[in-house]
Amino acid sequence: MSMKLLHDTKLMFIRNLQHTFRTPVFIFVSMFQPLMYLLLFMPLLNGLGSVPGIPAGKAVDEFIPGLLVLEALFGTAFVGFSLIDDIRSGVIERFLVTPVSRSAILLGRVLRDAGILLLQCILIALVAIPFGLNVNATGFLLSLLLYALVGITMASISYGFALTFKIEDALAPTLNTITLPVSLLSGIILPLALAPVWLKDLSKINPFSYAVDATRDLFAGNFTSLGVIEGFVVIVAMAVLVFLWSLQLLKKMAA
Amino acid sequence: MSADLVIETKGLRKTFISKERGGKKNGKKEVEAVKSIDLTVRKGEIFGFLGPNGAGKSTTQKMLSTLLCPTSGEAKVLGYDLSKKQGQIRQNVGCVSQAGGADLGSTGTENLVLQAQLYGADSATAKKDAAEFAERFQMTSFIARPAQTYSGGQKRRLDIALGMIHHPQLLLLDEPTTGLDPQSRAYLWGEIKKLKAGGITIFLTTQYMDEADKLCDTIAIIDNGKIIVTGTPEELKSSVGGDTIVFTFPSEEIAHKAETLLNERVKVEKIQVYSNVVHLTVKNGERLMPDLLRSLDSKSLKAQGVTLSRPSLDDVFLKYTGRSLREDIIK
Repeated sequence: MSMKLLHDTKLMFIRNLQHTFRTPVFIFVSMFQPLMYLLLFMPLLNGLGSVPGIPAGKAVDEFIPGLLVLEALFGTAFVGFSLIDDIRSGVIERFLVTPVSRSAILLGRVLRDAGILLLQCILIALVAIPFGLNVNATGFLLSLLLYALVGITMASISYGFALTFKIEDALAPTLNTITLPVSLLSGIILPLALAPVWLKDLSKINPFSYAVDATRDLFAGNFTSLGVIEGFVVIVAMAVLVFLWSLQLLKKMAA
Repeated sequence: MSADLVIETKGLRKTFISKERGGKKNGKKEVEAVKSIDLTVRKGEIFGFLGPNGAGKSTTQKMLSTLLCPTSGEAKVLGYDLSKKQGQIRQNVGCVSQAGGADLGSTGTENLVLQAQLYGADSATAKKDAAEFAERFQMTSFIARPAQTYSGGQKRRLDIALGMIHHPQLLLLDEPTTGLDPQSRAYLWGEIKKLKAGGITIFLTTQYMDEADKLCDTIAIIDNGKIIVTGTPEELKSSVGGDTIVFTFPSEEIAHKAETLLNERVKVEKIQVYSNVVHLTVKNGERLMPDLLRSLDSKSLKAQGVTLSRPSLDDVFLKYTGRSLREDIIK
């Protein structure tokens, strides 16, 4: 059984990857936003000097890990559109009448999304090195795992809503409505250390804020901090939960 | 269940909950898309499921392909219980939906190879099968191009090849020629007959009378989620009655004289005069016609024109539903 899941997931992963590489320019399009932050916004942080949450001269080390979480959120948030395409052209229905594992249909997609995301994160990190990024190598590798999980979570949410609405007009505003508050409440752009208490409390119910805390610790080399453990636990739980939710919706599509 | 029954259903039923808008109450309403369907499809036949849009054809087909769960009722497909053995049914049934479902960004070959692999073929077998099917469905000239560049007929061929790639025992075809030009339709009809000759059982839904008439061994007419009548095309047509001969005469007076004569000469099922035109319904119209014309001539009741029409499935639909199928399609 699990052999079949593995086999089918591989087939679906390759199929989806082929689709992505057919128009490779889109791999770079979603990197535009974080690169703009890096080039046009980060210099402002350096100019702030020492503020709570940003040690003097360390702005880049605090900012880049958050920026990569931002990429993980926005780079995968809109993958649901491709699923609507496949539903509309009857491709998903054709898959569903074959004996292919239903989990593999979605797993092949989210793993593709996570793979493309990691490529993007590595490219952004490389661009950040000339800006003085100091990063612990092991911490960076563990962070990549964390970004992949954030990407799988966001992609699953996107697929879940795509399966709920099945039309683009409803999907776009829904995803925008989610991504904006979720990224603001993660302390990505500016640290939450600056925030009033109520805003800090609000950020605690945002699972992605834990990922930002965790990756900042990892970049600094604090592998065993509470933040790192919390970050992984919260994101793994979220990823599993939303994946199962969208899988339920896929199964219900045929019901 | 008998071994030569490929599909057997009893009281198959499907309801959907639909949201209603407008009026004072916004509410949910249960819509019965398929109301208690009993079907038997025999091995090796082309079974036609004929009815207008929205009759419940696609819903029934989706239940048979395991895509939709029946609300109630029982069904066996290839001897497997529909509610329990979905895996076996999926492995042994081929399914071509109305949308087709080819991946338009991929080439025909990529589509076929993946499809074969989804049914469990290894990579080498999948490639071999894909090449073989490209040959068999005369697709070699375009199979290496992305499917989005295909004409309607070419895409339909790919769709059917996708449904056949795993050598199923039963093929479900949902409106295979809807939206195709006449040449492509004729070509596909030929292909479907060839498939049948290869021994596969085909369950074909269609809204076209001529298609059902030309292809099917057995036809079930469905309307409003219910099967109205089942039989061979010949049985259904003869249930409507005999052939209709329409004579046109120079005047109404002559037409009435002819009516009297015709009534004496043959065993009339029905005869009606509309102005100078006589509609005569008889058995074996084709054989009687020359004789009738001679008799009319001998009494100087010269017809200006004569047409013979055999009952069509459209007449069958009209008889059992009180509506013309064409009206429904136009609507």
